[in-house]
Amino acid sequence: MYKSLPYSLGKAFYLVMNNIRNFSIIAHIDHGKSTLADRMIQYSGVVDERNFKDQILDNMDIERERGITIKSQAITLPYRGKDGRDYILNLIDTPGHVDFSYEVSRSLASCEGVLLLIDAVQGVQAQTVANLYMAMEHDLEIIPVINKIDLPAANVERVMEQIDSELGLDPYASIPCSAKDGTGVEEILEAIVQKIPPPKGDPEVELAATIFDAQYDPFRGTIIHCRIIDGTVRSGDTIRLMHGETTHRVEEVGVFLLPRQKRDSLSAGNVGYIIAGIKTVSDVQIGDTITSEKRPRSKPLPGFKESKPVVFASIYPIASDDYEEVAAGLEKYKLNDASFVYQKDSSVALGQGFRCGFLGLLHLEIVQERLEREYDLSIILSVPSVRYRFTLSDGEVVHIDNPAHYPDPTSIIKSEEPYIRAVMMFPERYMGSVMKLCKEKRGENSNLSYPSPGRIELTIEMPLADIIYDFYDRLKSVTQGYGSFDYDIIDYRQSNLALLDILVNGERVDALSQIVFRGSARERGLHACERLKEEIPRQMFKIAIQGAIGGEIISRTTISPFRKDVTAKCYGGDITRKRKLLEKQKKGKKRMKMVGSVAIPQSAFIAVLKSDQTQ
Amino acid sequence: MVPGIYIHIPFCLSKCGYCDFYSVTTTQKIPSFIESLQKEMVLYCGFFERFDTLYLGGGTPSLLDAGQIEEIIDGVHGNFPLSADAEITIETNPGDLGSELAESLHRTGINRINIGVQSFDDSTLAFLGRRHSSAEAISAIEKVRAAGFGNVGLDLIYGVPGQDMQSWMKTLGKALSFTPEHLSCYQLTIEPSTPLGKRYKAGEIVPPDEDLLYEFFMKTSEFLEASGYTHYEVSNFARDSYFMSRHNRKYWDHTPYLGLGPAAHSFSGNRRWWNHRCLDQYIEAIRTNMPPIGGHEILTDEQRRLEYLYLGLRTQRGIDLDTFRERYGYDLLHEKGELLRTMEREGLITITGNSLCPTRSGLAVSDSLSLIDP
Repeated sequence: MYKSLPYSLGKAFYLVMNNIRNFSIIAHIDHGKSTLADRMIQYSGVVDERNFKDQILDNMDIERERGITIKSQAITLPYRGKDGRDYILNLIDTPGHVDFSYEVSRSLASCEGVLLLIDAVQGVQAQTVANLYMAMEHDLEIIPVINKIDLPAANVERVMEQIDSELGLDPYASIPCSAKDGTGVEEILEAIVQKIPPPKGDPEVELAATIFDAQYDPFRGTIIHCRIIDGTVRSGDTIRLMHGETTHRVEEVGVFLLPRQKRDSLSAGNVGYIIAGIKTVSDVQIGDTITSEKRPRSKPLPGFKESKPVVFASIYPIASDDYEEVAAGLEKYKLNDASFVYQKDSSVALGQGFRCGFLGLLHLEIVQERLEREYDLSIILSVPSVRYRFTLSDGEVVHIDNPAHYPDPTSIIKSEEPYIRAVMMFPERYMGSVMKLCKEKRGENSNLSYPSPGRIELTIEMPLADIIYDFYDRLKSVTQGYGSFDYDIIDYRQSNLALLDILVNGERVDALSQIVFRGSARERGLHACERLKEEIPRQMFKIAIQGAIGGEIISRTTISPFRKDVTAKCYGGDITRKRKLLEKQKKGKKRMKMVGSVAIPQSAFIAVLKSDQTQ
Repeated sequence: MVPGIYIHIPFCLSKCGYCDFYSVTTTQKIPSFIESLQKEMVLYCGFFERFDTLYLGGGTPSLLDAGQIEEIIDGVHGNFPLSADAEITIETNPGDLGSELAESLHRTGINRINIGVQSFDDSTLAFLGRRHSSAEAISAIEKVRAAGFGNVGLDLIYGVPGQDMQSWMKTLGKALSFTPEHLSCYQLTIEPSTPLGKRYKAGEIVPPDEDLLYEFFMKTSEFLEASGYTHYEVSNFARDSYFMSRHNRKYWDHTPYLGLGPAAHSFSGNRRWWNHRCLDQYIEAIRTNMPPIGGHEILTDEQRRLEYLYLGLRTQRGIDLDTFRERYGYDLLHEKGELLRTMEREGLITITGNSLCPTRSGLAVSDSLSLIDP
């Protein structure tokens, strides 16, 4: 069905900026982004059919399973246009979650256009809109693509109406396609060439390249993914990272064919990689500007933000003997995730561990899952927290992200917590339920606007603590998937805080402690007790769970013991069978953390934060 | 620590709905089974220096006639050094036990007889798929007593769907009226592969809930202990320590045993092995002079330790903490002191000197007790 285009990609070819198109695909989850990318890759012939596998860009298991893209990816697709000219199409794939919205913005800053992918059955969805607005901010050319037209329930006309009314785009510019069977793929490629402008920039001026991703290669170190805005970079050059204030000697540059292909140079308009002997990805910041040491640019490119963790939690090995292994695993993991930070930590209840910072709760869950899968570690995470600010009676100001370090309450003269400005977009009919949710999360200073008829843009300020764990999921649920959400941290505001402790059989489990808004402390205490009751399996004896503030017990619940579990017979001489059953149970128990005489499963620590609605 | 011999007689007239022991329901292969068994004994001749128990289980050993049973016991004597005071047990179905068989069994030297009564309630018997009535059970008990058996054990089942406490206590009371030397009271385990298991999966039957099972267990134990029996293992009661099953205890304390016949399990040193769970395969292997072994495993220290705990904690005697430390290099009291104290406080175990013993309610959760070590 696809024709392979086995022409060679000459060096000179890359210098012709007019033949380059840089674009990204933005879509709601499950609208077929990875499938469309797969088809375009197949069409271009860069991967032969034998080596092709589905979701070629989502190469982590966890991405395939969750159906989300976590890391940005880039690929170069050769294409011969209807005009007979050969083009280079650089596809930059972007992550699809608010935790990674900064990474998305950097990818979009490297493009001149986007394909806005819309499911012909489901129509326009919230996530589409959030990324679309980001694309508009970057002045990108937008090509709407209506996917899955092969499905019997497809309603192309309805989607075209939505493109007009909800997105304010020209519906007649949209391209119907089926990424599944390949219909429309050629039209899309042609539209990319015709509609998306070629990159601008001057290959002769000072080098300026924006970093949209960095990946770790065990043999080559960090591979910088970047877009050259101006100038030219060659192997052997010395480059300077303008925000990082470091210099490196370029070992290799090249483009994202499959596999990577080395080039002598990359110049303005190109998307490619730079290998410069940089040991870890943490030495590179997403959004930083690369310039030349010899002929530096005066100012970095705009839009840089230092990636700062906003959610913190401690990681402990389930078996304390595994501390060294966890330490080694974290070190290795860190090589490939610059957003993840950690340092040593210890807990009375859980022993030696590490305090870690994450971009958000999804990031936290991804890190946990990858550590377990890729490094085969059995770990427990403490209850996640944001970073609070306390002013003490001696005038000292301390930042606390670990409830274990909560200051002596009598010494606190001022408590502050981080606030965000959230921007939400959703159809007007969900106004009531969204406002109710925001009020519950202590939202204030709300501001409404109507970007298009029937659509609301709500700007509202909320404490970060109240949105980190389940706000996004709840918003999606109350708006039936039509609500989009993005946020920026704005400042610290005074708040009345308290330390909520959890006692299991009378023993304080510091890893379950939370810093909470005093006004909702009782409710949170009760909630934590109830959730723990669901998560902690019944044991041979009664387990009492209590929530306490200071010395005062504010909530309690009990897990009743089981009383009968022994099987009657030991099967004559067949001791093996029964032992195997017990071995299995024992293995399950090893996945839990013993706190005193109670086994607490991994899931319990995050569960205390999650609300019932998201379960 | 003298080893024992188990012989599996894999024949039944009909299969009971709950049973997942290996047996076939045709009797025509009994002669070739006995022939194979004799050859299997020759195979293991000289394997152990001495045995002091012989246990004929099944299946339904009482389906064999007295001559066949005698032939088997003679075979054992001919191949293995069985001590003079050996405990020789046979499992029987009440439906098979006429005076003549009872008397012949007694003459063969069998000195311990287990009768699969299961219940004295006919509707419970019907539910379980037993082929005998309670009247037949009563008559069987009387006949073995008359034949001269001084060590009679009755097997009973509780926790049967539909059974209430009153009905069970009635069965227990009836059993005690015969002053048996030994009682096994098994809670019905629904095994997935059995007809009962399939009915359970289809939602046709509802087993009693955990609270009721606990009550069955506790009341049984309280009642029998009040009547002079010792609750010496999860499911076993003896009128006197002499009557505790010497053979079964070998399973619980890592004493070696040799299992003969299809699906029989053996243990020696750190090795467990088991015969083919198929009569034809068993017979064929022996015909071709091959050991009829279906599989084996070599226990790791960790597995031995787990077995020591789970088997020991099923008995009233419990485990010896010194032995445990010496054998497995793990000081339970030191490493798991807090947990053990909690369990002691909760009335699940007692620790006296070196011995850690489950209490009555501890026995009810002994599976979990055995998961205390790392």
